[in-house]
Amino acid sequence: MAGADAMPANAYRTGAHLFGAMRDAAITGLISLGLFLPLVGFQTITDIRNVLILTTRWPLLLGLVGSITACRCIYLIALAPRLERGALRPPQRTQALLGDLLRNWFIPFAVAFVIVYPMLVVLAVGFTGAVRWIDNFGVQILIYVMLGWGLNIVVGLAGLLDLGYVAFYAVGAYSYALLAKAFGLSFWILLPLAGVLASFWGILLGFPVLRLRGDYLAIVTLAFGEIIRLILINWVALTNGYAGITGIPRPTLFGIPFNAEDNGFAAVFGLEFSPIYRVIFLYYVILTLAVITCYFNVRLRRLPIGRAWEALREDEIACRSLGINTTNTKLTAFAMGAMFAGFAGSFFAARQGFISPESFTFLESATILSIVVLGGMGSQIGVAIAAVVMIGGTEIMRQLDFLKQIFGPTFDPTQYRMLLFGLAMVAIMRWRPRGLIATRVPSAFLKTRKTISVDLVTEGRG
Amino acid sequence: MDYFAQQLINGITLGSIYGLIAIGYTMVFGIIGMVNFAHGDVFMVSAFIALIALLILTSWLGIGSVVIALFVVLVAAMLFTALVNWVIERTAYRPLRGSFRLAPLISAIGMSIVLSNFVQVTQGPRNKSIPPLVQGEFVLSNSNNFPVTLSYKQVIIWGITALLLLAFWYLVARTRLGRAQRACEQDQKMAALLGVDVDRTIAATFVIAAALAAVAGTMYLMYYGVVSFSDGFVPGVKAFTAAVLGGIGSLPGAVIGGLLIGLIETLWSAYFSIDYKDVAAFSVLAITLIFLPQGLLGRPDVEKV
Repeated sequence: MAGADAMPANAYRTGAHLFGAMRDAAITGLISLGLFLPLVGFQTITDIRNVLILTTRWPLLLGLVGSITACRCIYLIALAPRLERGALRPPQRTQALLGDLLRNWFIPFAVAFVIVYPMLVVLAVGFTGAVRWIDNFGVQILIYVMLGWGLNIVVGLAGLLDLGYVAFYAVGAYSYALLAKAFGLSFWILLPLAGVLASFWGILLGFPVLRLRGDYLAIVTLAFGEIIRLILINWVALTNGYAGITGIPRPTLFGIPFNAEDNGFAAVFGLEFSPIYRVIFLYYVILTLAVITCYFNVRLRRLPIGRAWEALREDEIACRSLGINTTNTKLTAFAMGAMFAGFAGSFFAARQGFISPESFTFLESATILSIVVLGGMGSQIGVAIAAVVMIGGTEIMRQLDFLKQIFGPTFDPTQYRMLLFGLAMVAIMRWRPRGLIATRVPSAFLKTRKTISVDLVTEGRG
Repeated sequence: MDYFAQQLINGITLGSIYGLIAIGYTMVFGIIGMVNFAHGDVFMVSAFIALIALLILTSWLGIGSVVIALFVVLVAAMLFTALVNWVIERTAYRPLRGSFRLAPLISAIGMSIVLSNFVQVTQGPRNKSIPPLVQGEFVLSNSNNFPVTLSYKQVIIWGITALLLLAFWYLVARTRLGRAQRACEQDQKMAALLGVDVDRTIAATFVIAAALAAVAGTMYLMYYGVVSFSDGFVPGVKAFTAAVLGGIGSLPGAVIGGLLIGLIETLWSAYFSIDYKDVAAFSVLAITLIFLPQGLLGRPDVEKV
């Protein structure tokens, strides 16, 4: 493969090199055959007697290997020479242009769209169909946008790699669920309390890891995240273990609940009862929370503490020599990030009405971190776009029932959700390793404020 | 005392499996400074490949001899898993070399998600269990009505682990490839200047890591008789803990760390609480990194400006 790639442009036009491309594709085919033979070629099935037996799937295997070979062949013959010619052209300044374009035009449009989104959906598909669209896409994506912005404080601004962020999300969710059920307190009292509790845990878990940096920090935070999840599973007396907590009270609008009773929202305002009101209400609650998170992110960068975070990210030793208290700086970053996770967690519990440790696995942490990194760390709009692409993309997979008509009734697109999610993570890292938005506006500058390439920003060493 | 001896035997068996996976983590970290998050899932994939090879041999070809079956399964699992890891390195890690520091980590997390979900999609989400392959045991002592036993399975695991470690030690210490690996570990640029093919050496490292993980996967399947698509994460983190405990980058450290983690986990389950055995392992990881970040046998990492 390496030899063929190094050939000059247009090389495949001539017969001899066409042969080279064919050979290359054949090797690719052989490798993919070896790769997929055990797991795609054979399937292990438990039969009626509960014994494991093997069946074969040769057509599927051959189809897969054949299409990979064909793709490689087409790429080598038709696309590679063109791409190579394109690479010879001088690099264009599309990066900075794209950044400016986004800032000037895209953002106002996006903000307006997000605000009117529930109305648009209701207008488009009517009351009953809209619940699914607002809940699965709107609320779900906004939760991840908020989590991404919250984690951005820790990872993007302070440069501390946190793989256990979901622990604070869990703390927020469980503190709302438990306190609301035990003391009957309302969502609006417990929301800030959950944030405080989560940030308390952020400091608690932040303390021991202050000395660690980079990958080690990531692994320890992962361990803490898992420990908290395992405690939630095993401390059955408090958390009800795997079964989770059900019947969590829903949030109310100034004491007006969203239910079908006489004092419910619909009855008070003389409307016909529909679950849509609650979903729209929840949508605006999480939108407000997300906007607050974003506002904090932007404002914090201008405060001394935010400057200290960014300095810490760029060079910790220099930071310390300049008299910045790195302990406090790191702890505030952890606490701030955890606080927003706590808010999001209590909203999550209130929205679902049910929580269990299953919602707080490592996969969630990885998802949130990947949203931050894929968005281009430190970029607010990038994180939002990444959340829309990754979460929206996987949610769309749930809705693709028409694929059943193509691939037969046993085909279930939701199975492939996480598979594609993982592939997208690898692919984006391969082609855009600095994330979707690869430009930054530095928070401190000498004479003029201008956009720079993200390559000039360090990602923090711990 | 007898109870303790039995737990010791079980712990060393479990520790051998962790040790073999831990070598993969420590080698890759040593050579390219990256936590290969997908390694636990490579281990899980290898267990599935071993399962399929075993089913082909026993139910299709009707091979009755356990020794031949085990040998063929082991070789098949090593070969195919090595290929899988080679392709992963080639497609997901190599293009990112020299990219920014988080990129390989995110890519590896993505690959880990891909592997476990690929197995779930192709083989189904249910646990796959097989009848025990090797039965029987030695009774070491039988005082106080508590027999201390050493099953044949455990003997096989100990034997294969010891044999492989010997072969692996020879490979790293005495062969040309091992020398190239050690050179790349110290200074990749210098090694390249002196004629070491760095890319090939790194690829070989991934292949060896996968082969060792495949041995661990085969033995895991044989020992527990059950495997599922989600079995990669927790053993992976534990093996990583073992690598960190032993001193990441140190090969003997990985083995010692593996044995220690195996013992800690087994003894914790036996004497305290089986529900919290994973908490014990994760706590060891956190405590080690916080108080002894260089591990037992690792070199301290000095940071310069």
